[in-house]
Amino acid sequence: MGLLGLKTFRHGVHPPEHKTETSALAIRQFPFADPLVVPLSQHLGKPAVPIVREGQEVARGQCIARPDGFVSVAMHSPASGIVRKIALAPGGGGRMIPSVFIQPFPGSTQEVAEGKPCPVDADPDAIVAAIQAAGVVGLGGAAFPTHVKLKIPEGKHVDTLIINGVECEPYLTTDHRVMLQQRDDIYEGIRYLLRVCGAQRAIIGVEANKPDAAEHLRQGLPADLPAEVAVLRVKYPQGAEKMLITALLGREVPSGGLPLDVHAICVNVATTAEIGRLLPRGRGIHERVITITGPAVAKKGNYRIPIGTPLRYLLEQAGVTGDVSRVFLGGPMMGQAASTLDQPITKGTSGVVAFDEPSAQRSARPVYPCIRCAYCVDACPIFLDPSTLGALARNGEYDRMAKEFHLMDCFECGSCSFVCPSHIPLVQQFRVAKAAVRKAGAPK
Amino acid sequence: MSPLAKTLEIRTSPHVLSGHAVDTIMFNVVLALLPASAFAVWAFGLAGLLTLTVAVLSCVATEWWMCRLSRRVSTVADWSAVITGLLYGLTLPPTLPLWMTALGGFLAIAAGKWLFGGLGYNAFNPALVGRALLQASFPVAMTTWSAGFLPDRFRAVPAVLWTPPFLEPVLDATTGATPLAAWKFERVAASARDLAFGFTSGSTGETSALLILFGGAYLVARNMMNWRIPVALLLTVGAISGVLHAVDPTRYASAPFMLLAGGLALGATFMATDMVASPMTSLGCVIYGVLIGALVIVIRTWGGMPEGVMYAILLGNAVSPQIDALIRPRVYGTRRARTS
Repeated sequence: MGLLGLKTFRHGVHPPEHKTETSALAIRQFPFADPLVVPLSQHLGKPAVPIVREGQEVARGQCIARPDGFVSVAMHSPASGIVRKIALAPGGGGRMIPSVFIQPFPGSTQEVAEGKPCPVDADPDAIVAAIQAAGVVGLGGAAFPTHVKLKIPEGKHVDTLIINGVECEPYLTTDHRVMLQQRDDIYEGIRYLLRVCGAQRAIIGVEANKPDAAEHLRQGLPADLPAEVAVLRVKYPQGAEKMLITALLGREVPSGGLPLDVHAICVNVATTAEIGRLLPRGRGIHERVITITGPAVAKKGNYRIPIGTPLRYLLEQAGVTGDVSRVFLGGPMMGQAASTLDQPITKGTSGVVAFDEPSAQRSARPVYPCIRCAYCVDACPIFLDPSTLGALARNGEYDRMAKEFHLMDCFECGSCSFVCPSHIPLVQQFRVAKAAVRKAGAPK
Repeated sequence: MSPLAKTLEIRTSPHVLSGHAVDTIMFNVVLALLPASAFAVWAFGLAGLLTLTVAVLSCVATEWWMCRLSRRVSTVADWSAVITGLLYGLTLPPTLPLWMTALGGFLAIAAGKWLFGGLGYNAFNPALVGRALLQASFPVAMTTWSAGFLPDRFRAVPAVLWTPPFLEPVLDATTGATPLAAWKFERVAASARDLAFGFTSGSTGETSALLILFGGAYLVARNMMNWRIPVALLLTVGAISGVLHAVDPTRYASAPFMLLAGGLALGATFMATDMVASPMTSLGCVIYGVLIGALVIVIRTWGGMPEGVMYAILLGNAVSPQIDALIRPRVYGTRRARTS
């Protein structure tokens, strides 16, 4: 429990929210780009295997790639059109990713091809398969295949399903809008999820900066749905799975463990809504809701956008003011900077934030030595010592960082870098260190 | 050309920062020290003004010189040398010859800060290092105090300030024992009211406890100071001296006297809280504050000197890394904190 009697976790930070710029704007449909570039690897796990060939006509919503094994999901065509080619296209982090290029038909409609419905009272295994076939991944940004975490191993049980409507990243309002506009889809999704994971109850966690969403969800709750809405104190990174579980249930996910170890499962609210919307009609994810915002964007707003829309087209449609200097996918705390505007929107992209400030403004911030102010120590939600970790990282003592200072528990929320008055790129140092430790053979 | 044709800047997340910067923190500390500094000038006149000015200038000049010597990016503009200079100046007796003031300022930055590696690496509070070295070198001059609020303090500079280097300083002004010395050697206790408002003799800036605490409160409100350190420190001093006074009021001074006299307020608020030389965890800060508070009582009561804040803080600085090594918060999801 925190101040005002609202639940929360300990530590964390309060970045400026910038949410009111888009939170009142209803979701609008985004036009089709030409071409749409659908990467075959938009999720954690193995890339999907294309089942279409070049020159083939596809319908909007048609499955164009099948999952390759269990930790993989299907892909669906975002528009009715022609498969132009299957080739490498720029993805996140500067990598080239095999992608399906689709040229939409002129005047391509919003009609969607539908497949075999999966009723809510189906066998749990059938629901898991249907979620995989629908290409559902965590829409909050992690893009982890949802069906994988719903598959409860023998001997484990889940008592609480947590629906993550926290949306703690600044600027983003997609989950907020989804909660206001897709209430019934969310309830339906909860029914599917409860049936699959066997939990007795569901809690929808919403931060106190979205009182309208919390109230809306609470009022419409069907009497037979064992769900409740919990309002949380506003704090970053409350949307992180571990922090949310601690805030709501007072349980700590063990180091190196999963929410399952404390009998909880956490699913993003937009993911839940998609499950509730797609499964009854046998559809797949071929579009998603994103927030397009930032100081450089003229027409800020929330859009239902086809997967595979290139950033350049997106920004041209939304309109930009001044020189766009930085574009990032996801929120500004954990989102990735776009390396090129040819990069497409994927299932894990929850927002596009564009900045236009002169680059001098940022590079004018010098990096000072650590003055041991302990701001980072008070910010870290998992109680690491970022100051000492940073000093060790500078000396390349990665092994010691992992063994003595719990480096591998860092989930890179960026709170330490955010508060650091010396502007030390702490979280980036930890990313590098973690990669080095993993390469050397991860210690326990 | 379309605005989208421009090359994108690629950086790693987080893409927004809190806006706190080292230089803004340091600047705010300077602001917080201004009321006490202004009082020092009002109480000691031109002598106070000259002492503070020379202290700050010698520190800043040394910082500039050290940056040049080490060929590092200049840290003169980050205000940290100004803080050291002000703090150091505020701990000096207002009758200290200016050449000593300048020498101590040089030592504070050169030996207290740069010997350890510059900003962020000073194991001890640099201002106190400078003062401690002066105290060791010139014990008489460092313990000669003039009374404040002399009538001609704004008209004439005491000649002792202009003493040429290495000559014996000659005092012409009225000297007065500090409240702590008066208590220690004559068992005369100054009134708490005089101590709180600063109408006693003492170092230039340590006399007005209230103005010092006011500056500290400002920093705490701006989240630029860990309040646990001064609170733990002052509570410890208050508690121990309260108990001792209750046992034997003739031998042990009262708690208000111990809290308000000497450099305790200044030391607890601005020196023990030096971010670099104090622990990082909340519990560590409490332990550190208690430790310094206990040392203050021990030195003042049973030591040979009337004042012990400086050495108590330096000793606290010395064990601060050990406190950090011992007090490690339990990492989320682990059973208990692992100690190395």
